[in-house]
Amino acid sequence: MATPAAVVRPTRTLRKPLISGDELAKAFTFFFAALIIVVTFALVWQLWIGSSPAKEKFGFRFLTSSLWNPVTDEYGALPFIYGTLLTSFLALLISVPLGVGAAIYLSELASPRLSNTLTFLVELLAAVPSVIFGLIAIFSLVPLMRDYIEPALQNAFGSTPLFSGPAFGVGYLTAGMILAVMTFPFIISVSREALMAVPREQREAALALGATKWESTWQIVLPFAKLGILGSVFLGLARALGETMAVTMVIGNDPAIHASLLAPGYTIAAVIANEFTEASGKMYSSALVELGLVLFALTMLINGVAQLMIVLTTKKGSAKA
Amino acid sequence: MSTSPYMLPEKARHQDAPSHGLSINDMFPTAIPHSAGATTAVLQPLTAKMKTEHVNFYYGKFQALHDISLEFASNKVTALIGPSGCGKSTFLRTLNRINETLRDTRLEGSITLDGENILDKDVTEIRRRIGMVFQRPNPFPKSIYDNIIYGPKINGMLKGKNAAEIVEKSLRRAALWDEAKDKLHESAYALSGGQQQRLCIARALAVDPEMLLLDEPCSALDPIATAKIEDLLVGLKSQCTIVIVTHNMQQAARVADTTGFFLLGRLIEHAKTDIIFKNPSKKETEDYITGRFG
Amino acid sequence: MAQVMTSRNRRRNAVNNVMLTLTGVCAVLTVSTLFLILSYLVYNGGKSLNLDFFTKLPLSPGQEGGGMANAILGSAEIVLFASLLGLPVGFLAGVYLAEFSPKRLGFLIRYTADLLNGVPSIVIGIFAWTVVVRPMHQFSALAGGFALSLMLIPITARGTEQFLLEVPRTMREGALALGAPMWVTIATVVVPAARKGIMTSMILGVARISGETAPLLFTALGNQFWSAGLNQPTASLPVMIFTHATAPYEDWHRQAWAAGLVLLGLVLVANISARMIVSRGASLPR
Repeated sequence: MATPAAVVRPTRTLRKPLISGDELAKAFTFFFAALIIVVTFALVWQLWIGSSPAKEKFGFRFLTSSLWNPVTDEYGALPFIYGTLLTSFLALLISVPLGVGAAIYLSELASPRLSNTLTFLVELLAAVPSVIFGLIAIFSLVPLMRDYIEPALQNAFGSTPLFSGPAFGVGYLTAGMILAVMTFPFIISVSREALMAVPREQREAALALGATKWESTWQIVLPFAKLGILGSVFLGLARALGETMAVTMVIGNDPAIHASLLAPGYTIAAVIANEFTEASGKMYSSALVELGLVLFALTMLINGVAQLMIVLTTKKGSAKA
Repeated sequence: MSTSPYMLPEKARHQDAPSHGLSINDMFPTAIPHSAGATTAVLQPLTAKMKTEHVNFYYGKFQALHDISLEFASNKVTALIGPSGCGKSTFLRTLNRINETLRDTRLEGSITLDGENILDKDVTEIRRRIGMVFQRPNPFPKSIYDNIIYGPKINGMLKGKNAAEIVEKSLRRAALWDEAKDKLHESAYALSGGQQQRLCIARALAVDPEMLLLDEPCSALDPIATAKIEDLLVGLKSQCTIVIVTHNMQQAARVADTTGFFLLGRLIEHAKTDIIFKNPSKKETEDYITGRFG
Repeated sequence: MAQVMTSRNRRRNAVNNVMLTLTGVCAVLTVSTLFLILSYLVYNGGKSLNLDFFTKLPLSPGQEGGGMANAILGSAEIVLFASLLGLPVGFLAGVYLAEFSPKRLGFLIRYTADLLNGVPSIVIGIFAWTVVVRPMHQFSALAGGFALSLMLIPITARGTEQFLLEVPRTMREGALALGAPMWVTIATVVVPAARKGIMTSMILGVARISGETAPLLFTALGNQFWSAGLNQPTASLPVMIFTHATAPYEDWHRQAWAAGLVLLGLVLVANISARMIVSRGASLPR
């Protein structure tokens, strides 16, 4: 072959055959990936459409009214929103200190082997179905609360409205406690990741200045992992807000607002679980669907914040590592 | 300099076109007769198995290769050397179009195999004809046997052929048969690193490639395993055209017939290996060879 | 001065010791909940569990004995249907995300999958009711399976994607360089290399949905008898636990405990074995 002259060919991009196996495979798998978007969109759409009779009739009053009366077809969501937020708040009040404390132990003190084993066990706890938490709560936590803990709280703080009224065993506090147990696997496992992503140099710098182990952890490591830990808290919160079965079994099913933590109440998820199949009228079921929409919006908001925070810390940790 | 027997005619030195390699017929002015049984005394010119012309390559906005024109002589070993990040691996990976599987990349210019532009051909056929061996051994998580037979199977080369024969032949060509024949059906990961790399060579040879591209094939291997692979390459060149990227200049000197020197995405010089190492025509090449940088 | 420093340091050390001990207490408390739950369930469930539980139908309140054979079969039907629907969809979507998706679209789908994964299960139930139960005018195992498959799809898709992305690029290039088209490379090299991880995320996903109750409440509903078909109301273990535990009959409570033990046993076995597959699967070279 003779040496050809150096011909400048026109610049070209890479070309492929019109329909290749790869294009087919791409189109085929895209169909299924797109299904995820279609289904999610359909879900939001159905919630929106299904709740429109209630939205039209009650408008914004739906969120502020505390009247829930299927007989007169009057529906207000406030007792459920209150119950949902209160039980989730109580849950976090218990699970955040416990969970973050445990996460500190697992990331800073325990040997890697012990840490991994304990984390594995905690994550197993996250796999326990919620109906089983409810089952155990009904037969162990509820009597325990009714017969011992709630009377003790009344004796100690009965003068404050928070702990007044009779002890039922079921109610906001009991639901909050069971939710706490259900959320701390998330808080522990995500916080531990965030703490372990803190560069070793940060700890060593503090220790080299004469800080105690606790001081270095509390003043340096925790602030560094702050966003990730907050993310874990929001993740736990999202789970607590949407949690249905365990709460339904111990909340007491009372659609009213009570100041006392010992009183029975209701949550959004619980009222849907209990009343959806019985909702006879169009307005009744529409109101329940609107509750579903409210719950959806609430958890999406919290989940979004959680994801953002976790992403931000992971980035920060890896950038400085 | 002008006393060197390998010294090239002045016109071939491409002083005015710095990024272009020499034509291989300039490098081998007394080429061996092409046909084996040739009775004629006519010296046939050496054929270029592959030619690249004015190749530019971009990762996103970053231009990694600048106007590379190079010829690879049939049945020769061509080494590409240069400091890390000089584009030699990128260039090698354009030759079988494996780079286009990376996102956001762009190629300009032409690359021909036997005179046909590989950019116009079916990419899988091109890759079958041009084998590749990677920096780290990358056997599939399958048995040794299944690793070898993978290429022939997907390329429909098993019809009317004995699969076991293909496996044995490929392993023999890669000098791995004696070590592997008793554990053909064990996982490829049971082999040592050097054996895994020879398995990858055998896997590439199983589809009868016309060219073999090797991307720093010995960088993860010990000296003994490296020596085995170098011997292997010299033996293989009668059957295919070999291009090897290496950061090890001694390796280039030992195995390559011609050597191209890359720097900052440009081809500085391409000439017979002993010229590159004894008497390079470019200052940059000389600096690199004598260790003045890198 | 030296006196002050010493007492100050003594206090700091005391705080250090107390707080570090407290973190250990937190860890013990949280981990021990698992054992509390397990032992309580094994104790109560063990008392109530017998062969009849697996072979007989539930009895009306007041009658001793009976079992939940219909709920075991019903759960199996519902979960099987959900898996047949959800696993392939999730797997193929995961393949698209890992191997084919352009940046923006990939982000959108990934984000939506995470969104769907975070939707409260009771809301999934409402959706399944509106698109399956209402048009069919019938509670059914199909509706329940559909609801559960919606939870399975994002779990499987993200799990598949994650494990496919862990397959080293060199492995793909090895196959591409031999002339394999992309889809052949994916089918014959990438997916087999990620097989164990993908299997694990599938097992974990199926284990998760098999314990779900809320999406079944108004889709599969429940049934005290054998279900007459996939398009009929069907009993399931989780819903049975709920209805039996909240009813005021002592022998129903015993059945609920037995069901709880069986369900938790299944879920934990699936979880532990899935994790064991993963830890033994780490044989790929870096």
